[in-house]
Amino acid sequence: MQIFPRSFNLLPAILGLGLAVGGGAATAGVWYYFTPKHTHVGYAPRQPVPYSHWLHAGQLGMDCRYCHANVERSPEAMIPPTQTCMNCHAQVRLDSGALAPVRESWCAQFPPAQRTDANCPGVPAERRARLTVAQAAIPWVRVHRLPDHAYFDHSVHVTAGVGCVECHGRVDRMEVVRQEQPLSMGWCLDCHRDPTGRLRPPSEVTNMNWEPSGPTQQARPVRPPQTCSGCHR
Amino acid sequence: MSDGPITSIGEKHLVRPGATFREITDSISVVTETSAPRGWWIAFLTAATFLGILGAAVGWLFWKGVGVWGNNSPVGWAWDITNFVWWVGIGHAGTLISAVLFLFRQKWRTSINRFAEAMTIFAVICALLFPGIHVGRVWHAYYMFPLPNSMSLWPNFKSPLLWDIFAVGTYFTVSLLFWYVGLIPDLATLRDRCTTAAQGVRRYVYGLFALGWRGSNRHWSNYERAYMILAALSTPLVLSVHSVVSFDFATSVEPGWHTTIFPPYFVAGAVFSGFAMVMSLILVARVVYKLNDLVTMTHIELMNKIMLATGSLVGYAYAMEFFIAWYSGNPYERYVFVNRALGPYSWAYWTMISCNVISPQFFWFKRFRTNIPFSFVLSIFINIGMWFERFVIIVTSLHRDFVPASWGYFHPTAVDIATFMGSLGLFFTLFLLFIRWVPMIAIAELKGVLPQADPHHGEHHGKHDKHDKRDAPTEGGEPAPAATEGA
Repeated sequence: MQIFPRSFNLLPAILGLGLAVGGGAATAGVWYYFTPKHTHVGYAPRQPVPYSHWLHAGQLGMDCRYCHANVERSPEAMIPPTQTCMNCHAQVRLDSGALAPVRESWCAQFPPAQRTDANCPGVPAERRARLTVAQAAIPWVRVHRLPDHAYFDHSVHVTAGVGCVECHGRVDRMEVVRQEQPLSMGWCLDCHRDPTGRLRPPSEVTNMNWEPSGPTQQARPVRPPQTCSGCHR
Repeated sequence: MSDGPITSIGEKHLVRPGATFREITDSISVVTETSAPRGWWIAFLTAATFLGILGAAVGWLFWKGVGVWGNNSPVGWAWDITNFVWWVGIGHAGTLISAVLFLFRQKWRTSINRFAEAMTIFAVICALLFPGIHVGRVWHAYYMFPLPNSMSLWPNFKSPLLWDIFAVGTYFTVSLLFWYVGLIPDLATLRDRCTTAAQGVRRYVYGLFALGWRGSNRHWSNYERAYMILAALSTPLVLSVHSVVSFDFATSVEPGWHTTIFPPYFVAGAVFSGFAMVMSLILVARVVYKLNDLVTMTHIELMNKIMLATGSLVGYAYAMEFFIAWYSGNPYERYVFVNRALGPYSWAYWTMISCNVISPQFFWFKRFRTNIPFSFVLSIFINIGMWFERFVIIVTSLHRDFVPASWGYFHPTAVDIATFMGSLGLFFTLFLLFIRWVPMIAIAELKGVLPQADPHHGEHHGKHDKHDKRDAPTEGGEPAPAATEGA
């Protein structure tokens, strides 16, 4: 006794095809949309001050370490304090509106009584009185974030000869800094499993244009950890 | 003398003589077609209640973490893994009865194989629950599978815990396929028995799963081939699955676990406990659904003989462990075994010995082998004993390991107990649903062992034990009809 029409003979083929197509699409979708390649790469938040790495690091040729001064000594490369900006901008482009938050941040650190012309260059007198101490810190938005359970140390990477450009991309060409690499665990391990070819002489670490010529000179013998506790301490 | 379709053991009929094809179809199908008896409802609601308790216990575990169990240093594995190994072991009888006995042409398996296969599948489901929930961070349970991921993180292929996932997963898949392929002709029978309009839904559901089975010669020949291939695939699994489970322990350096006897010892124990569970279940079903003609004393006696054999093997393994602990001269190994028998867990050890080694020895005597209440009670004892075997192996080895400062004693919590009882609830819920909706005895296969299934039936009235003419080339008899194991 047959209760299903003859066309039901196609059902296994249709199901198989549907499963292949649907399963393939689901796999591809998860593969692309659920990984840091999609969720993290390209993150370029608006900063409180439209600071241009293209202008400073690219056109003016400033070294990365002028601002990110601790990168060779500390786990954190550090966001420069307002002091670093004011080294130049106490005199350069005092009339720029885009730089007003930097000048106000500098001024706000002083008690109201000491907010003189010398301490607050370029800040109008009526603004000076209204600044609070909280405004002394510019609320920069962090671009490259790692999860709390991953331990990362800039100094050990830089002194081993990992160039800034390896992880951060051509920052000297970025008007607004964006995340170039996924910073996923797999991405870390790609290099930890085979660091050769990604290392350069220590003098060239901040050079964005450096190309390897001849056999790579390693800064020092490098043996990156691949154990869990290497990064999850 | 196993090629005769009627009698393969001794001179006795496997099914009551005189039973017709129709009687067999009716007596098995009617269970799924009439409303369930009151006893079924009582059992089902009890089992479903325990299933709810399992849900609550597991939910609480997920919410709070594994700290709700009694597991703590030094006993990092306790009831969770005990239950896992126990359930996997119970699942072994299914494949043994289905595949191994099929390949050896042991036709007496016909009455109990469907039952045992269903039991296998449900037991493996219960078993798979425990590795999944014991990992602590259940949302990372997918780490157990080798899936490509952005962490470039793979399971440790050198770890027996990963082999375990593969072994039990393969076992589940093959058992399910084997069970389902065997069900197809019977599902078609149930479909074809739906004649009234009121049975429309029922007809479509059974029809869908019957995959258009018409019982044609071609269908049967494909079916027989598929069944044979699946039986051949399942057979190595009987040995491999519990061997791999035993590697979880044997490949560690823990005294009491680091033993080469573990794989065969675990397999024997698994078959032992599996047969005990089949016995417990089938004796109840036999009484409730009046299947005395189909599950006869011959079956019960044969199963008891297998339990005697495997129980004695297990007893030998226990003794050999002690012998090797002494003979090795390793003081740590010796201590573990002395502590096992005389230490704080001696109560568990002697429970195990009484249930697993001493109790099956009664089956040397035919009087006990053929006594149904006695068989039932003993099968329950064996189930208990086999649970204690895993508990003894896991907990007594761990609780006093290398560092005396960390010695401890394991106390189960209410959640431990609820999870175990709940897993029984899960098992029996699934099993009762199976009994209610699926033919619990293989109808088509059973017909193959009836006298009428013999192509020479008409020629040898009253002489079913003689088939001397069958092999004569001039006979030219027809091939066996729709008999699963016929040709």
